Order: sequence, then C-alpha cells, then structure tokens
Amino acid sequence: MAAFQPLSHDREMAMTEDVKRIEAIASGIRRRVLQHSIANNGGYMSQACSSAELLSCLYGGVLNFAPLGEPIDPPSFIGVPAVGVHTYKTGQQFHGASGDQYDRLISSPAHYALVIYAALIETGRLREDGLDHFNRDGSTVEMIGAEHSPGFETTTGSLAQALSQAGGIALARKLRKEKGNTWVFMSDGEFQEGQTYEALQAAKFHGLDKLRVIVDVNLNQCDGPMDTVMKIEPLADRIRAFGWDVTVLDGHDIPAILAASKVETKSPHMLLCYTDPVRGLPILEERKPTLHYLRFTGADERAKYEKAYQEMVK
Amino acid sequence: MSYEIVARPHQQNFIDWAKDKPEVLVLSADLTNSCEVGKWRDTYPDRFFSMGMAEQNMLGFAAGLAREGFEPWLHTFSVFLYRRPLDQLQMSVAYPSLKVRLVGFLPGIMTPGGVTHQAIEDIAIIRAIPNMTILEVGDATEAESVLDVAHKVDGPVYIRMLRGEVSRIFPTSEPFEFNTARILSTGTDLTLISSGIMTEEALRAIPLLQERGVSISHLHVSTMKPFTDPRIIAALKTAKSGVITMENHSIIGGLGSAVAEVMAENGISAPLQRIGLKDTYAHGASQKYLMAEYEMDAPALIRAVEKALGKKLNIDESELDQQRSVNVHSSAKAEAL
Repeated sequence: MAAFQPLSHDREMAMTEDVKRIEAIASGIRRRVLQHSIANNGGYMSQACSSAELLSCLYGGVLNFAPLGEPIDPPSFIGVPAVGVHTYKTGQQFHGASGDQYDRLISSPAHYALVIYAALIETGRLREDGLDHFNRDGSTVEMIGAEHSPGFETTTGSLAQALSQAGGIALARKLRKEKGNTWVFMSDGEFQEGQTYEALQAAKFHGLDKLRVIVDVNLNQCDGPMDTVMKIEPLADRIRAFGWDVTVLDGHDIPAILAASKVETKSPHMLLCYTDPVRGLPILEERKPTLHYLRFTGADERAKYEKAYQEMVK
Repeated sequence: MSYEIVARPHQQNFIDWAKDKPEVLVLSADLTNSCEVGKWRDTYPDRFFSMGMAEQNMLGFAAGLAREGFEPWLHTFSVFLYRRPLDQLQMSVAYPSLKVRLVGFLPGIMTPGGVTHQAIEDIAIIRAIPNMTILEVGDATEAESVLDVAHKVDGPVYIRMLRGEVSRIFPTSEPFEFNTARILSTGTDLTLISSGIMTEEALRAIPLLQERGVSISHLHVSTMKPFTDPRIIAALKTAKSGVITMENHSIIGGLGSAVAEVMAENGISAPLQRIGLKDTYAHGASQKYLMAEYEMDAPALIRAVEKALGKKLNIDESELDQQRSVNVHSSAKAEAL
C-alpha cells in the first residue's frame, strides 16, 4: 500500500458537527448494504466498506446539489433511450436540478450501485424503501447501475468511460462559463484501462480545472488484490505526470477528504483515497484474497454476518 | 458521361453551414486537414477541439458535450470511429441516443492506406447498434446536403463521407433526402441498388445495358439505416430476373444484406447477387485497381447482369465510359492517403 500524506490540519478542530453527521451517513451506508446483502444472499459489500466515507463526504457535504425536497420514489423502468424519445429521465433527478452553480457527480464504477443507493437514502434523496426494488424485474434500481438508475447520470458499467463523459460535460460547462464543479467517482481498477489515461491528458489539455475526481483506491478487484492482477502504482506519480493536481489521503479520514475537496486548483484535481476494503466489517478479512462480491458459503457464514449486523445496529 | 469534379466539397460548405449554428462543434483526432476541417478550425477556433489520437476518449467527450446540448461533429477516418472505440460508441453515445455526428472519411476501398485505413465492415457493425442512423454520400451534392439531414436526426448519426475530388452526379437542386432512394432508371428485368461511390461506377455500365435491351431499375440509396424506404420495396417487387446490389463494403452486413432482409420480409422472390468485398480484407492500392481486383467495378456489374439474364450481352470493356481515375496525389487532398 502506498503511503498517504496526512494533511496538516487540527483533528480536534475539524471534528465539527458536519463530520459527525457524515460519519453517521457512512455508518448508515455500511449498515444498509450489509442488511441488504444478508437478506439477498450477497452483495458488493467490500465496496461499501472501502467507499462509505468517500460517498458520505460527497453526498453529505462536498457536492453542492440543488435541494430536492422529499426523497424520490425510484421510478419503474420505462424503456431504453431511443431516437426522438424525450420522456426519459436519468438518475440525475436524484441529484436535483442541474444549474450554473451546482455540482455534478458522474459515478464510474457502476457495480457500486448498491452503495450509491444507500448513500442516496442516507442523505434523503432516495426513499427509505428504495432498496426493496434492488435487482427486481422492471425496476430501475438495478444491480449494475445504468443511467436510469438512482444517482447515475450516465451509463458506465463498461468501466473507464465515465471520466471521458464527465470531461465532455465539464468542457460544455466551461464553454458556458458555469461555476459548479463536475465530480467523478472512480475505482482504482479503472487505472488499468487505457482510456483513463486518454481522458487524463485531454482534461489537462483542455484546461478543465473544474473537473474533480475522487478515487476509491482499495487495491482490490474482481480477481483479487490488484498487485496480483495488474499493478497500477505509482498511481499518484502517474497522474501527476499528466499535469493533474493530486492529493493522496486516507479514504476513511473524513476531515481530510473534506479539506482536500475544497482546495481550488489550476488543473484538474484528483483525490486518491487509499481505503481498507474490510473497514467497519472485520469478518470480511476471512474472505481475502477475493473480496469483490460477497456470496455466503452457507448458513453458518450468513449467521456470522447476521451477528455482525446485530453488533452494528446496537 | 463525365461529371463536374468538385474539389473539397465539405471544406467551405461546412463552414458556411455551421455559421449560424453555435451549438455545432468539431472534435478531431489528428486528421483535421485530411478531413477538410482545417479551415473550419481556423474560422471557428472556439468551437474546434483537438482530441489527439485518442478516439475512445473523443467519443466520451462527445457524449458529455451532447448531453449538455452541444452538437459535436467528429471528423476522422471511418475506421477510427467504430473499430477501436466500438464500446465507447455503443455505451457512451448510442445507448443514450445522443446527438453526436460521426463524419467518417475513406469508406471502403477508397484509400491506398491499406487494411488499417479501409472501413469495409463499418455499416455491418454500426447497423447492428440500436439508435444509430447511417448515411452514405455518393457525390458532391450529397456531401453538401447530408449536413442538414444529419442535423435533423434526434439521435446519433454515422456518415460515410467523401472528400478530395468528388463528382457531382446529382444536381444541387436535388439534395440528400432522408430515407428516400433516388430512382435513376426504371425497368422490369432487373433491379440494381447501389450506394456511395458504387453508383457512379454502375452508371458507367447502365447505358450500355439499356442499349442491349436490358430493362433495369436502378436506385441509389444514401440512407443505410433506417432501411424502410417504400421505393426500395416497390423496385424490388418489379424485378423479374433478379436483384443486384453494389456497395463499397463487405457483402456481409451492408447494403446487400439489408436488401436481402427486405426481400425476405416482403416475400420477394428473386435471385440476389451482391457486388462488394466478398468476405475478404483488401490491401493498399488505388481505388481503380482494387475495384477491378475485387470485382466491384462496371465489368463486374455487367457479368452479374449476364448471369441474372442467362445470356451474354457482348459488351466490350472499351465501350464503357472511361472510369474516372482518382488522383492519389491530387492537390484537393492533404496527403496521399
């Protein structure tokens, strides 16, 4: 694991009400994903453990989204986009109306959908019972989010396409001289794809300084630890070489994430958040080295997770 | 028959056309002058974006721009718009049905650049992608008027474009009409359906065939998808002795296949001969050489007609109109590709 640079800030001072609130959101994300995984005999659990603080920071404070009013009921699937069809609404509606001053969030690893739905519920954007529709026929609350799914503005399940899409959105917003930032949430595995580096060079070349990327560097992927699949380090050096501003930090350190997200940079800014894929759920450690998807081996294991859940909600 | 030769039909026309359309942007992948948009870049520098040799990313940027209300017109060679970035074309552009215009140059065997530069299966692949519209221009008039047609499509469009020295076959008063074939001649023995540059090639042989008493319907098709033009169905129904398709493309998945589908779906029974690349890659050589080598030229059409009719027409190749030799080193092109 690459060393992260602890930001010099006063931890005591930073433990504000905001941080406590975001901590509660992060706990809620882990709790909801665990509960759902137990009920459905599986889920993308390690992704919730690694990214809970990142998504809670984004949805809980970093992103300047238009107010939503009431949480939205997830719509039923009404069809795919088609030529000349404009009845279609993307999952962007859960982020509120877009506008000059507002931020945008394009989530790249679409298999984090369950975690994103949980974050939307925890921040009052998706109705509490939204997860009841998860992976149900005819629902938009799909297992791998597409652009009709809550919280998804684009279709990114084929990984490493979101940064380019967001680059186009950020370029359009730059042409319109908009003030809001365009954020991209990425996973580290996507730094194995060549398109990511094409997007990095283009974002710098076109001066997209309002493009912000936050990466869940959990160093794990479908086949196992990334070091055994395809190394991506030294990641920060690679990205800096493309002219980006890079901040390396502990992805569970809420004050550090909040501080880094506020930094104004002259180049596109990437927050490389090193995370622990079993954080908050230590029994996941037993599943190593393959953490990508939690499918219980039997009733015994399920019972262990049920027990962990009871501990969590105590 | 000799036609007016128009040098760089796209170059100034696209500048004039885009003048009052501030939403129209150009994205280019290092083939700017080769795609006749160098002057466009110099005229509208704020609307031109160089994306470098990185087509996967270019398609993603185009998608983002289109989502925000801009209309990006991507200019590069056809091959680079769908081969390497096929997943990006599908997931970033086609699935959300965004108004992205893919202007692809050097379709088929039009370049001595060889197999890497020859888009011989682009229609086959893009036809299978939902939400895509495919347009193919056959002359200078269509190269000019395709802009309006593509602009009106409320979804992604792929254009097989022509550049350099281009014949004007159709009068400027008869612009490209969406999903409407041009009926170039009517007859009852055979129906010939051609597209792109193959129409000019077919027109070399048609007068001789007619002189020999062959009654032939000839349609020029420029909308490859959708392929629902009732004129095509009607012309196929009149063909007593057979149907011939002629395309600057593989015979698998392109015009020939589309015609076969329409015939089958409409219960039209006639032998179909497909002129085009017969499931083979080509190589780097002149257009004229390749058209003869792969039996995609006027003599190949005559042989197909003879086969359909079951008789020799005794047409000597010297009777054919001179095939227009495309000058590889023409000053109307940025390079010899």
